[in-house]
Amino acid sequence: MEENIMKVNLKVWRQENARAQGRFETYENVETTPDTSFLETLDILNERLVEDGKEPIVFDHDCREGICGMCSLYINGHPHGPATGATTCQLYMRRFQNGETITVEPWRSAAFPVIKDLMVDRNAFDKIQQAGGYVSFNCGGAQDANDLPISKVNADEAMDSASCIGCGACVAACKNGSAMLFVSAKISQLSLLPQGEVEKYRRARAMVAKMDELGFGNCTNTGACSAECPKNIKLSNISRMNRQFIAAKCKE
Amino acid sequence: MANLDKVKVMNPADSKIPEGPIAEKWTNYKAHQKLVNPANKRKLDVIVVGTGLAGASAASTLAELGFNVLNFCIQDSPRRAHSIAAQGGINAAKNYQNDGDSVYRLFYDTVKGGDYRAREANVYRLAEVANNIIDQCVAQGVPFAREYGGLLANRSFGGAQVSRTFYAKGQTGQQLLLGAYSSLNRQIQLGKVKSYNRYEMHDVVLIKDKDGVERARGIIAKNLVTGEFERFAAHAVVIATGGYGNTYFLSTNAMGCNCSAAMACYRKGAYFANPAYVQIHPTCIPVHGDKQSKLTLMSESLRNDGRIWVPKNIEDAKKLQKGEIKGSDIPEEERDYYLERRYPAFGNLVPRDVASRAAKERCDAGYGVNNTGLAVFLDFSEAINRLGIDVVRQRYGNLFDMYEEITDVNPGEFAREKDGVNYYNPMMIFPAIHYTMGGIWVDYELQTSIKGLFAIGECNFSDHGANRLGASALMQGLADGYFVLPYTIQNYLSDQITVPHFTTDTPEFDAAEAKCIAEQDKLLNIKGNRSVDSIHKELGHIMWEYVGMARDKEGLETALKKLKELRKTFEKELFVPGTKEGMNIELDKAFRLNDFITMGELIAYDALSRNESCGGHFRTEYQTEEGEAKRDDQNCFYVSCWEYEGSDNKAPELIKEPLHYEAIKVQTRNYKS
Repeated sequence: MEENIMKVNLKVWRQENARAQGRFETYENVETTPDTSFLETLDILNERLVEDGKEPIVFDHDCREGICGMCSLYINGHPHGPATGATTCQLYMRRFQNGETITVEPWRSAAFPVIKDLMVDRNAFDKIQQAGGYVSFNCGGAQDANDLPISKVNADEAMDSASCIGCGACVAACKNGSAMLFVSAKISQLSLLPQGEVEKYRRARAMVAKMDELGFGNCTNTGACSAECPKNIKLSNISRMNRQFIAAKCKE
Repeated sequence: MANLDKVKVMNPADSKIPEGPIAEKWTNYKAHQKLVNPANKRKLDVIVVGTGLAGASAASTLAELGFNVLNFCIQDSPRRAHSIAAQGGINAAKNYQNDGDSVYRLFYDTVKGGDYRAREANVYRLAEVANNIIDQCVAQGVPFAREYGGLLANRSFGGAQVSRTFYAKGQTGQQLLLGAYSSLNRQIQLGKVKSYNRYEMHDVVLIKDKDGVERARGIIAKNLVTGEFERFAAHAVVIATGGYGNTYFLSTNAMGCNCSAAMACYRKGAYFANPAYVQIHPTCIPVHGDKQSKLTLMSESLRNDGRIWVPKNIEDAKKLQKGEIKGSDIPEEERDYYLERRYPAFGNLVPRDVASRAAKERCDAGYGVNNTGLAVFLDFSEAINRLGIDVVRQRYGNLFDMYEEITDVNPGEFAREKDGVNYYNPMMIFPAIHYTMGGIWVDYELQTSIKGLFAIGECNFSDHGANRLGASALMQGLADGYFVLPYTIQNYLSDQITVPHFTTDTPEFDAAEAKCIAEQDKLLNIKGNRSVDSIHKELGHIMWEYVGMARDKEGLETALKKLKELRKTFEKELFVPGTKEGMNIELDKAFRLNDFITMGELIAYDALSRNESCGGHFRTEYQTEEGEAKRDDQNCFYVSCWEYEGSDNKAPELIKEPLHYEAIKVQTRNYKS
């Protein structure tokens, strides 16, 4: 198969562990092709490193289809790189120039400490979900699925909010390190549906409180989160969350 | 070689299928099983390994019932499990469309789709509880697609003549998993589930009880961040660790999917059933180069409106292969819609195994449409002309975008108009390893051949026979986790209520941990010159070449020989950089590769022993004149269960579980009329 070979230089953040001092290291002339994905290019570099007896670059990745939310990476100053509406694993080398130096960093946020190299700890996101990102009922107690009609408009909007993959790009993009887009997406999804509407105030209060406790910043409406979101989660989710949060506070 | 002369046959009672007519078995079972009372549930601990649809739903439901659950995943969060990537939908026999669906029909379609190699009673139960799953998920806030009237929408899928598939855009797996994850989170918050992320199970610990019966009482798991092995004890262990598709290196599975937990159970004596039944999905994006890390699935739902074709004329195919013409240059009358031609009744919606083989048949005959000759077209021109691009994009837009991002071709884009017909760019697709029907053998209670060890979801073998129908994996994972295991495990735990919480300070735990550490030292000390991936790719090539879509005796024997050599290569030439302290991703991959090689051999042994073609297992010696799979119900109507013989270098032993069909008449699958 005839393929266009291209070479890129990868300037990558290396950090031994959470406590170690990190540094950039540049790997020159990594050979790849325009039809190879960015993560496959990192694989190629890692094979080279292992062949040289060195430890490979650690980064989170799993499904490589843009849905699991595991991959992260700040590439040339953008979470998930230059493409819009796509995750790092959906990024192909045709987006880059031959000979380009590509800078690759981990998510930078106080709430997401580095574990090793480009891998960060996003456990804080799980903790926020645990605080209230659910409908409180036990398996077995549900009525027939069609007993409760739900307007298609609401269902579709809930689906759009529910598309969030929990990757953390919104936090990484935000100058305040705010998690509001992530939190509001779940709050919106559930409150738009009658099943989740019942406990919406309790949920908003609990999830926002947990978010604050974990050290995420506040929102100053710059919109970087939504612009960089690989799933195009809308900023209006944040307004909905704020409305519910204020209403919840008033009820106290 | 497995010696087939001394094959053992399982006692029919071992599968624990309840008495009574098929439609009453599950009801009877539930009415008579033993339960654990609420006060005693608090005293019992259950380990659930895996957080996919099966694992998360089981962990949350067991916790809701009152058990103490320890839940493990290798990813950074339970929400990342690979169930999340399922696109198309989930089946249930709600009959909301009034198109003649019923529990019996879903049961029948699943058994037939599985080429009559599934256990009838399990499948009926699956079809029975499927409706509850939809209710459960809607109650969780899963945003399924709806009609304007506010009721749930359905679409059709392969292997069925009714529309019974519920979906949430092309992200059904994601939404169902996030639903299960939300229930799990609630239980974590309530303190009933303890969640261990970035932990990988390395061994299952068996302890003899006072009567000398070995029972699963815990696991050894590696903390992937600190690099340390840790011990966990419980009254029962449930594994929900998915399938073994990554044995083939390239598959649609996530990069981390592995069979190590299942192999650990197998090496401790759990039977491994039907490993040869591997599903090759017909609609994946074709392989593009040797640096590729995985294959991307294009949802089966595309076959609702997409038509699969190759050129009628071999000269056109040659031009396509050379890049001289494009698919849209070939007029309607010169196209061979080979699925519609061969299978008029089901057309493009034949089951996956049939569609995959038909694509291979055309490509082998020289009609492949890309530069490697290993691709066929999936075309939306007819649908776009009928419905308009807006409707088609509404249905499949995210899949079109995904395809474009990977291949740089937009499948819905207008290409040309000829004789009043508009032609649009088609997709190119080719079959790829996607799902594994085989898995750890379980009885009707989902208990393995080891007491106290249960297997659920893709990692067991039970419901799909030799081939799984689309939208049935999500159904099975959630059925096992929400509605089956939470009942059946109580039948086991009810006589464990007097057993106190376990300590991990026992000789059995010492031995299991020491074995893990010794294996780790062995891997680090080989100090050869081959990377894990380079050996894994070689494994993948052997598997795809000789144990892939078309198998024969000679090829399988070659595969077994090559796999033995590959194991030697692994043991002599592997190089793992770094140390055992802290995170070492190459070391983790090396552990998994060792298990993939054993798994590869197991698949080959099974494929060689099964002298018939059925579902995902196609032996070229056993086919009809028309090239369809030819089963041998006289001699092969059994589940093959493989028992470990104490060493990876020894051939496993085959035990047959005979199948008994009471409700369905076993016949040749027909998708033609």
